[in-house]
Amino acid sequence: MIDSPMLPPATAHAVSQWTKAGAIVTLHRWLLVIGGLIVASVAVLVMCLQFGATRVEMRAVMEAILTVFHGEHIDADGLGTPGIIMVQIRLPRVLMGFLVGGSLAGIGVTLQALLRNPLADPYVLGVSSGAALGASAAMLLGIGTAFSLVPALPLFGFLGGLLSLVLIYRLAQSQGRLPVHSLLLAGVILNAILTALIMFITSIMDPNRSAGLMAWLMGSLTAPSYPALGVFVLYTVGVLAILMHKAQTLNVLTLGEEIARSLGIETEWVKKQLFLLTALLTGAVVSVSGMIGFVGMVIPHVVRMLIGSDHRLLLPGSALIGGMFLVVSDTIARTLLAPSEIPVGIVTALAGGPFFLYLLLCRKDRMN
Amino acid sequence: MGKTAVELGHSVLAEGNPALRVVNLFFRYSTTSEQGRTWTLEQVSFQVAAGEILGIVGPNGSGKSSLLKVLAGLLRPRNGIVLLGGQPTRQLSQHDIARVMAVVPQEYVQVFPFTVAETVLMGRFPHRTQHFWSIGLGNDTDKDLVCAHQAMIETDVLSLADRLVSDLSGGERQRVVIARALAQEPQILLLDEPTAFLDISHQIEICSLIARLRAERQLTVVLVSHDLNIASQYCDRVLMLKEGKLCRIGTPGETIKPDVLRFVYGCDVVVDAHPQTGRPRVTMPMGVNPTR
Repeated sequence: MIDSPMLPPATAHAVSQWTKAGAIVTLHRWLLVIGGLIVASVAVLVMCLQFGATRVEMRAVMEAILTVFHGEHIDADGLGTPGIIMVQIRLPRVLMGFLVGGSLAGIGVTLQALLRNPLADPYVLGVSSGAALGASAAMLLGIGTAFSLVPALPLFGFLGGLLSLVLIYRLAQSQGRLPVHSLLLAGVILNAILTALIMFITSIMDPNRSAGLMAWLMGSLTAPSYPALGVFVLYTVGVLAILMHKAQTLNVLTLGEEIARSLGIETEWVKKQLFLLTALLTGAVVSVSGMIGFVGMVIPHVVRMLIGSDHRLLLPGSALIGGMFLVVSDTIARTLLAPSEIPVGIVTALAGGPFFLYLLLCRKDRMN
Repeated sequence: MGKTAVELGHSVLAEGNPALRVVNLFFRYSTTSEQGRTWTLEQVSFQVAAGEILGIVGPNGSGKSSLLKVLAGLLRPRNGIVLLGGQPTRQLSQHDIARVMAVVPQEYVQVFPFTVAETVLMGRFPHRTQHFWSIGLGNDTDKDLVCAHQAMIETDVLSLADRLVSDLSGGERQRVVIARALAQEPQILLLDEPTAFLDISHQIEICSLIARLRAERQLTVVLVSHDLNIASQYCDRVLMLKEGKLCRIGTPGETIKPDVLRFVYGCDVVVDAHPQTGRPRVTMPMGVNPTR
């Protein structure tokens, strides 16, 4: 785009010296990275479809995918056992996992920019527990089943998530700043209180239902119905697209609120929008998959090291890599102890927790 | 919202209006209102002519940085008005202000690893047209790139374009922050302690950069400084604050005088003439001699 005839050639040449040297994200680089990641995502999804309690051959996987794409009767008896497993269970679950992972990474990127803190994560900050508390309260009251037309679980999840996000922000803020330690401390305390409340709800529930609630709380993926998956696709991709639209604003916000304002951003209004969007996404994700931790923190961190901090590339890049990460984690969760399953939240926490500690220690080293 | 920034920018230079005018300004932070009823800034009035360099000096806690932030539209005055090229800033959006005025803050902490070029290009933010259908992608137009390029040349950071800001030295980082402000194509540049934490060679570098920018870009500059000598050498006029009140404003020769400094700072200093410029030069008096 710098070869424009508007510019004198000498200037164009001088400018392209640094634009092409990888100093900024050009359209060319954006397309290359995102294109590459999309190809990799498809490959990972197809690979992971093979594994589970029963191994399905690659040929059967491809056949099943073609069946779905041709829009044939996906509940027809003619599929055979591997076909039914693929079409009705594994494919929707893998797709759901990809969306959940992508959304969690997107939430992480947004929260980190908003709070100017690379350790921010919906799970660590208690936003996920807030959403989980909202959703479990809805389950306790039986609202989830009473009005099946209104998505009550995501709605309550959204309210709970938003409430805890605002609370965290108010608690940790002092003189217009958000110090790392008070933020993490506020998150830990809020998490403890919210978890206690969730435990309280499970203890007064009838035991049959509370077992299911516990499994959900630990973070697990299930196979959704195709209409539900469709709604979830529209919702998450929609919110992520709005966040993408704010990529430049996120870039400037990371410089600090005062600088962002001096660059023309009405920070109070933008912050409210971003809080709302992250809470919307967290509410939806938690209501379908419970509390899956650390994806939102680890993935943006790694992606930032790989492709830089510009949110125009960081946000979609993290979403794609987060999706792949969760699909792989879920594959491990359902194959490691097959035929029984581990909640995927345990896998991500075991992978992400130590990484979080490592980052915390690095920060401490740098400060000393 | 009132005039557009372009019209506004035009009026700053062309109509002979002062670039900035402050009328009977009162300001206090919301937290200080509870304990004691003192103002952070009290009854401050002055104006800054287009193309001039004004230095704001005063003791610690005299309200220098607060005054700069009120000028930048970052803090809202409780009373009184700030006029930006004849327009009250209260009537302008943050976006309108950002297209005319850039701020170099005192503290600059970059949490995430952005490159120098990315950071400088962020200065183009107020000039970007964000359509609701653009997905926040590319949008670095030729104009954006050329402005950033020019700003990096003027501040001599072009060779650092692909380096991470976090890896730079203090002096280099300050030049990058100034480059980002220049990419904003401002007509007014506000700097808060631009030479704090820099050694003498970097202080000279930043100060002569500011003087050069004023000459080349016809910038209006307001800078806050702790260093009376920098204010004396590089500013056309000096504004002295004491306990939130404007104590004196005028040329360095009119303001940087032993009696004024004794009144403002409460201590005695030696003021003589700079051997090269003849401007006032402030040095510490001979203290208690430890060796006697």
